[in-house]
Amino acid sequence: MTTTPERVHDDSRVTAFEDNDHKPVGHGRMLRKEDPRFVRGRGRYVDDVQLPGMLHLAILRSPMAHARILSVDTSLAEAHPKVRLVVTGAMLAEKGLAWMPTLSNDVQAVLATDKVRFQGQEVAFVVAEDRYAARDALELIDVDYEPLDPVVDVRTALAPEAPVIRDDLEGKADNHCFDWETGDAAATDAVFARADVVVSEDIVYPRVHPAPMETCGAVADYDDIDGKLTLWSTTQAPHAHRTLYAIVAGLPEHKIRVIAPDIGGGFGNKVPIYPGYVCAIVGSLLTGKPVKWMEDRSENLISTGFARDYIMRGEIAATSDGRILAIRTHVLADHGAFNGTAAPVKYPAGFFGVFTGSYDIEAAYCKMTAVYTNKAPGGVAYACSFRITEAVYLVERIVDCLAYELKMDPAALRLKNFIRPEQFPYATKTGWTYDSGNYEPTMRLSMELAGYDQLRAEQAEKRARGELMGIGISFFTEAVGAGPRKDMDILGLGMADGCELRVHPTGKAVVRLSVQTQGQGHETTFAQIVAEEIGIPPQDIEVVHGDTDQTPFGLGTYGSRSTPVSGAAAALVARKVRDKARLIASAMLEVSVADLEWTKGAFHVKGDPSASVTIQDIAMRAHGAGDLPDGVEGGLEAQICYNPENLTYPHGAYICVVDIDPGTAKVTVRRFVAVDDCGTRINPMIIEGQVHGGLTDGVGMALMEMISFDEDGNCLGGSLMDYLIPTALEVPDWETGFTVTPSPHHPIGAKGVGESATVGSPPAIVNAVVDALKPFGIRHADMPLTPSRVWEAMQGRPTPPI
Amino acid sequence: MQVPAPFEYQRVSSVDQAIGLLDRLGDTARLVAGGHSLIPMMKLRLANFEYLIDINDLHEELGYITEEPRTIRIGAMTRHRELLESRALADAFPIFRDAERVIADPVVRNRGTLGGSLCQADPSEDLSAVCTTLDAQCVIRGLDGERVVSMEEFHRGPYETAVGDAEILTEVRFPIRPNGSSAYEKVERRAGDWAVVSAGAAVWLAEDGTVADARVGLAAVGPNTAGIPGIADAMRGHAPSEELYARAGAIAANAADPVTDRRGSAEYKRHLAKELTVRVLRESVARIREQHRQGA
Repeated sequence: MTTTPERVHDDSRVTAFEDNDHKPVGHGRMLRKEDPRFVRGRGRYVDDVQLPGMLHLAILRSPMAHARILSVDTSLAEAHPKVRLVVTGAMLAEKGLAWMPTLSNDVQAVLATDKVRFQGQEVAFVVAEDRYAARDALELIDVDYEPLDPVVDVRTALAPEAPVIRDDLEGKADNHCFDWETGDAAATDAVFARADVVVSEDIVYPRVHPAPMETCGAVADYDDIDGKLTLWSTTQAPHAHRTLYAIVAGLPEHKIRVIAPDIGGGFGNKVPIYPGYVCAIVGSLLTGKPVKWMEDRSENLISTGFARDYIMRGEIAATSDGRILAIRTHVLADHGAFNGTAAPVKYPAGFFGVFTGSYDIEAAYCKMTAVYTNKAPGGVAYACSFRITEAVYLVERIVDCLAYELKMDPAALRLKNFIRPEQFPYATKTGWTYDSGNYEPTMRLSMELAGYDQLRAEQAEKRARGELMGIGISFFTEAVGAGPRKDMDILGLGMADGCELRVHPTGKAVVRLSVQTQGQGHETTFAQIVAEEIGIPPQDIEVVHGDTDQTPFGLGTYGSRSTPVSGAAAALVARKVRDKARLIASAMLEVSVADLEWTKGAFHVKGDPSASVTIQDIAMRAHGAGDLPDGVEGGLEAQICYNPENLTYPHGAYICVVDIDPGTAKVTVRRFVAVDDCGTRINPMIIEGQVHGGLTDGVGMALMEMISFDEDGNCLGGSLMDYLIPTALEVPDWETGFTVTPSPHHPIGAKGVGESATVGSPPAIVNAVVDALKPFGIRHADMPLTPSRVWEAMQGRPTPPI
Repeated sequence: MQVPAPFEYQRVSSVDQAIGLLDRLGDTARLVAGGHSLIPMMKLRLANFEYLIDINDLHEELGYITEEPRTIRIGAMTRHRELLESRALADAFPIFRDAERVIADPVVRNRGTLGGSLCQADPSEDLSAVCTTLDAQCVIRGLDGERVVSMEEFHRGPYETAVGDAEILTEVRFPIRPNGSSAYEKVERRAGDWAVVSAGAAVWLAEDGTVADARVGLAAVGPNTAGIPGIADAMRGHAPSEELYARAGAIAANAADPVTDRRGSAEYKRHLAKELTVRVLRESVARIREQHRQGA
């Protein structure tokens, strides 16, 4: 399969065939090892787990956003012939399990005891012989609610008359969640005071949902003979979850085994511990049987971790000739009913602090206030690298507003203000150290691929004819790969990752990871990382992950941290094995270590390539008979725990071209050029796949996705008919390119890329739409840019979505 | 997984058997054809029926597109995909192909039916607007035989039709009139979404090139998808022109009664009623002229 006819689309765009089947021993394009099972529908997901005697759990959820629970009558449900167990919040409270900690040191109800605080909150659960009976029995539970006024509008959540949501917290008299600031307020004010131009804009990043194809679920199997709990669950962080279960439930950690089998997409949705997982464990403890809980689509959309929901005032100060001096922002953050943000504890706003973007500026300041509302808890990542998508959206939108005011080309304005290559490592005004970057070539490449000047000429012609065409640019720098243990932990767990590599006697190998793929292709990428270092073909390297009994400790996969952290661990553990192999090779070849040369897969004697031993030969010797060098043990294996010294900072330049139908205001994304720089590229095919997925996410958020609520706090995005996710028909044929600026501290120079496109694409699309609307005098319009909302903007009244 | 409440299920092999069961079970029973509206509603437990009568085996009997000199008759079990792919239908009424290309997705179109669409009577549903535009007649069969009603009589309001508890829609008839054509356009937030607004038009020209008759049907702009009679009055006897389309568009906008929801503001939808009416009238006339060119 090396050649195939080019596919020609209706609109005569051409997708060139790319042969990805290169079979590299190391980095390069290769087909994914996991795909034979996925493309055949043979993935093994949590819902595929079937155990003898397994029971099924279903959760009764609150129909109201805010209400006091007066009584819960479960007698009819208990009388259902197939029901084994009905559990309420009151019953959990007796066991001290009604509340659990969140990832942000708040608490969250497992089952509501006093009040329900968002629509869809867990109130009771039923365990029955089949999933149909479990569902039917939910309708037999009678809950008496006393409705309370809900807090829906984040802007009035702190008003003195607002009902207090978190009266479970002692002394809590308002809906204040936390305040946070970064940067230097006084220095920033001073720069603003002397700036020629100050532009400010209110920018909303609406609440969206990660919406993975597989919803959340678990199978809990407690064995009361050996006291061991096995939990199959949809988790992006099996080790962190196990430790937290040990802490929350008081089960000994060594008696808990968390297995994350194939995961059907995570995007941050599967980082938190949800009440449903705990309910499944409780269900198994109480029935002595395996208990399965699988959320349905509505439950997933209504109750699990959302993302974004920031209301931002962005301000930018500049000279009249376009030198950016400072950026200032005030943010109002809606955290829902419980603060479940998944972020390192010292970073309650995630890594929003990188809102200074890719620009060399003099001062920056951010003040954030987070509040509770009667909405689903979270503030979890959604492929956002811990809130960097909000930060990038803010800075890239406000820079475009500045370009609008200065009547400058947005590409020229960016090029003028980039951090210069010689300034790296670059310390930002908010305390981040960008490891490496070379922005201008990336920007120039994107402009070249897009044909930027021709596009501007085309736009001028079209504008003269009354046609609406927009060109949007975004340039992002991300901070990914959390993180150095001196700065970063989640609930006290440091963010270093273990890795173990064992080479078997016949030269095949197994590498054990702490991170957990959700579709990113870890089984391929990590085999390639090890192959590159040790010369064993990727097909001969088994990648084991997603099982706490089989893998070393580590914090899991989110925030694009797998390659920056565990990828580094895999490379270094392979080098450790190679170092040992070198000692054995020196004995086998009877030369000193210094006289050996490594070419991928074999050591040979310097000056005598014929005197060589392969890594496979060495593996057999390591396990075989005969003497090994003094002090060298048998076997060929190593383990490591890698603590990154810094995050990695990938960057990228995106250019989007849109057309808007002037009559219907419908936006069509005509072209999208994405140039990414994620340092060393391990498998370009996988990178491109990640980028394509993230760009599609961006189209969804920019044009159609939003979790909205009515005035009673009812969630209006509870199905995929209401919460729209883009299809192939809404997205163009992606045009991708790359530059390579390796990370100086990562052993192979790689940076994370999994979230780059989700972070970088929304501002490019919105900037393009706003650019198209320039003839209407529009400088800003908020997402989602549905036809109706674009039309309102064309009428001169763009309105925020909340 | 979302699962419906328990229900009884029976497949039937004839229209009469279905009517007999409906008569016996009353409003506790529901016919299921394609099921793409009914089953999701039952899974969400927004609708609960004790009995489902599956009429998919009636596709042989009720799945047809029959061309007659003055009428096209379409069986109620004809599936979207068959409507989309019928050359005869596209020649007589291009509006069908326009509409079917933007209804849901191929998976739904493989299964969903004309009769199911009309009987669901969702105000945002596209085929009701198509049938209104084409002045279709609906054949309803009950214990006492058949009756034929116009679309205006058929569609009584949101989710409500003239089909009684022990009746079944069996056929829809479309009158063919000379020198006419039709078109459909929909604005949606995403492919496969329900319409923000959609509009269909059919235009017939007189020998002198003036408008002999014109009809417009709208979807998603109010509780009813009834036609807009003022349009024919306004256009009849006039030569087609942009001004004429604009006048008709204004009438359509005026007749629309949309509400603000997540698909769009009422004001935007009213604007679309006008904009899309203009477009489909323009396209219908262009198609008639194209027919003339090809005929000449």
